[in-house]
Amino acid sequence: MRRVAIVGAGITKFYRNAMETPKELAYEATKMALDSCEMKLSDIECVVHGTAPDAFDGIHMKGEYLSDGSGAYRKPYMRHYVGGGTGVLSPIHGWFHVASGMFDTCLVVAEEKMSSAYPHPAGAFLTIFDHTTEQPLYPTLIWIFAIEMNRFMTTWGYKKEDIALVAVKNKRNALDHPSAQLGAEITVKDVLDSEIMAWPVNRLDISPTSDGAAAIVLAAEHVARRVTEKPIWIDGVGWALDTAYWCTRDLYYPDYVEVASRQAYKMAGIKEPSKEIHIAEPYDPFTYKELHHIEGLQLCKRGGSVQMLLDGVTQRTGNLPCCPSGGALGVGNPIAATGLMKVMEIFLQLRGEAGNRQVPGRPTCGLAQAWGDLMQVGTVVVMRS
Amino acid sequence: MAKRVAIIGIGTTGFRATTPDVSYRELTYEAAMKAYLDAGIEPKDVGSFVSTAEDFFEGYSIADEYSPDQLGAVLKPIYTVPGDFIHSLASAYMMILSGIGPISVVQGLSKASNMLTLSEMVTFAMDPIYNRPLKESPHSVAGMEMARFLYETGTTREQCAKVVVKNKKNALNNPYAGHSVLIDTDYVLNSQVVSYPLTQMDISPHSDGAVVVVLAEDETAKALSDKPIWIRGIGWCSDTPGLETRNWGQAIYAQIAAEMAYKMAGIHYPRKEIDFAEINDEFSYKELQHLEAMRICKKGEAGPLTEIGGTEITGEFPVNTSGGCIGVGNLYELNGGHKVLEVVRQLRGETGKNQLKNVTTGLAQSWRGIPTTAGTVVILSN
Repeated sequence: MRRVAIVGAGITKFYRNAMETPKELAYEATKMALDSCEMKLSDIECVVHGTAPDAFDGIHMKGEYLSDGSGAYRKPYMRHYVGGGTGVLSPIHGWFHVASGMFDTCLVVAEEKMSSAYPHPAGAFLTIFDHTTEQPLYPTLIWIFAIEMNRFMTTWGYKKEDIALVAVKNKRNALDHPSAQLGAEITVKDVLDSEIMAWPVNRLDISPTSDGAAAIVLAAEHVARRVTEKPIWIDGVGWALDTAYWCTRDLYYPDYVEVASRQAYKMAGIKEPSKEIHIAEPYDPFTYKELHHIEGLQLCKRGGSVQMLLDGVTQRTGNLPCCPSGGALGVGNPIAATGLMKVMEIFLQLRGEAGNRQVPGRPTCGLAQAWGDLMQVGTVVVMRS
Repeated sequence: MAKRVAIIGIGTTGFRATTPDVSYRELTYEAAMKAYLDAGIEPKDVGSFVSTAEDFFEGYSIADEYSPDQLGAVLKPIYTVPGDFIHSLASAYMMILSGIGPISVVQGLSKASNMLTLSEMVTFAMDPIYNRPLKESPHSVAGMEMARFLYETGTTREQCAKVVVKNKKNALNNPYAGHSVLIDTDYVLNSQVVSYPLTQMDISPHSDGAVVVVLAEDETAKALSDKPIWIRGIGWCSDTPGLETRNWGQAIYAQIAAEMAYKMAGIHYPRKEIDFAEINDEFSYKELQHLEAMRICKKGEAGPLTEIGGTEITGEFPVNTSGGCIGVGNLYELNGGHKVLEVVRQLRGETGKNQLKNVTTGLAQSWRGIPTTAGTVVILSN
């Protein structure tokens, strides 16, 4: 197994109703990623693309449509997805391409244009449910997440006003992110006073729908050393899917995230994640999800995530900064691109190139995580400088 | 790459035009159970899984949600490749080489009979700004491509019709095939013209079914299987997705994918070093076009070779002994899966009346269909 490094990264701005076509978004991110490490398309041996439901962009086989925008013209090109977890699966899939010895360089692109699903991409989500047992109830995503949030709160006795602090933290962090869609200085009261979508989920508990793309360049060790002085190594990868019959699970704890993270920690040789991981980007499409995932990732004991939040441990200046980028809540949530944005954030933080977002203390080990499908997928990448 | 990877188990439901008696999950379950039995493993022995699905074909958004349960992959590493089955096979192959686990499982499925508006769906695969407003039917794209191919290579419509006759005949002896029949070239040429020169019989009709394949690395494969079928070379490539920027006469994607696989397998003269091939024949001319792109035939030679029976089961280079897409049915994402299945069965000597003698190396090739230019190739040896 060969060592694989991230050597370059690029990202578009995240916003609602982008004027660019999906292909153009992918192109922008790809170009920026290649420029960042002074590589050309001819240096790239293969391309992988992560993008979730075709219904967002409204294009059947959208991987094929996006191929030339992603620099894959006449190259080995493969798309992959696991719903919302796609973004962090992307570097994992790219990692196989290089770690297996098949290729020396791999371009990893993730794109999502949700605004094409008119009037609102929530409509596209109706078809993620089982056609016989669930679709006739016309469920929405927010309902099922409200069920999960309620279960999570009830199990541990968490208060809504405490969970709201995640939105306050992430939206403030996003003010420093040049791609951010919803960076803002808000208070817990703003979150609690915002419109109730499906109790206990308020509007400000939810990440926005966005258009955007991100890309990274992966290289085998001998190429990476030549390309950059600061390669960031992918040292552990993990991913798992739980059963699609989500009604049969206890939703208070994400087993799939635990399984995925243990796989990644084992590969990276991490024994005590809460001490050895310096910085994390857990997936935060909803406020409670950041906490839910921190527990699944073994970064605190079960039921301890809110105390960690209240103690300021997950702030940028804390002992274990979580979502220093601003996360999905602040930067925006173009599903697959969000996951890769998180990978890119850890890449920049470990290189010490995150500008105003830079966390103190020279972190050397970080992780990015994403989640998706029917509350079912965990994808984890552990990176080291 | 020091390690080798082999196929140690295959399972399929067989392929039929319609399967109202089973759901798509039951199709996968049946194929998976057979594959695990064939490989002598249980799902708990499997390190990772790859499923193959395309949202609009499945009728779900993020169709990967429904992949783990019927494969026995709950809380295991599994993801979905929306590509051809051979894309997924390549993905699993790289996963094994990366050390994720010694055993990996690849699943593919077609429930094409569920699709009510297939033609409209393919229109949705076209570029929404440049191509979709033209309101091209997928068959008219194939018709134009066929016309260009015939023009550039001097291939005749009769030679294309011969492909249909041959494949439908081969399918008669394949118990898994759903569209076998004994016809002659006149029957093909006189069938209804869909988009000249493409006739109704030149188009492969769709089928339902599932295929599951179990892969294992070197030592594990030898320990578990008496007849491991080794992956010697694998390649995949996407040319341009735009209708206006592609080469209409030639299958560049098949050429690049094949060269990648040949290089890996150390093959210089494919016609000599490969014994037989399963080639994507979603449309009759595609079999000929792909044969030429992959250097198995020279440009313009595939038609005449077919005409004199060179690609029959008894010919010098048998092509589509299974019956291909034309005889078995168009399986969309699963086309490559069916090709791999047939090559493995031939190499193991399990194809009954269609069995080729003394074969050691076979090639499976696939293409993702109109309007894509994505091709895959895998070379297998026993």
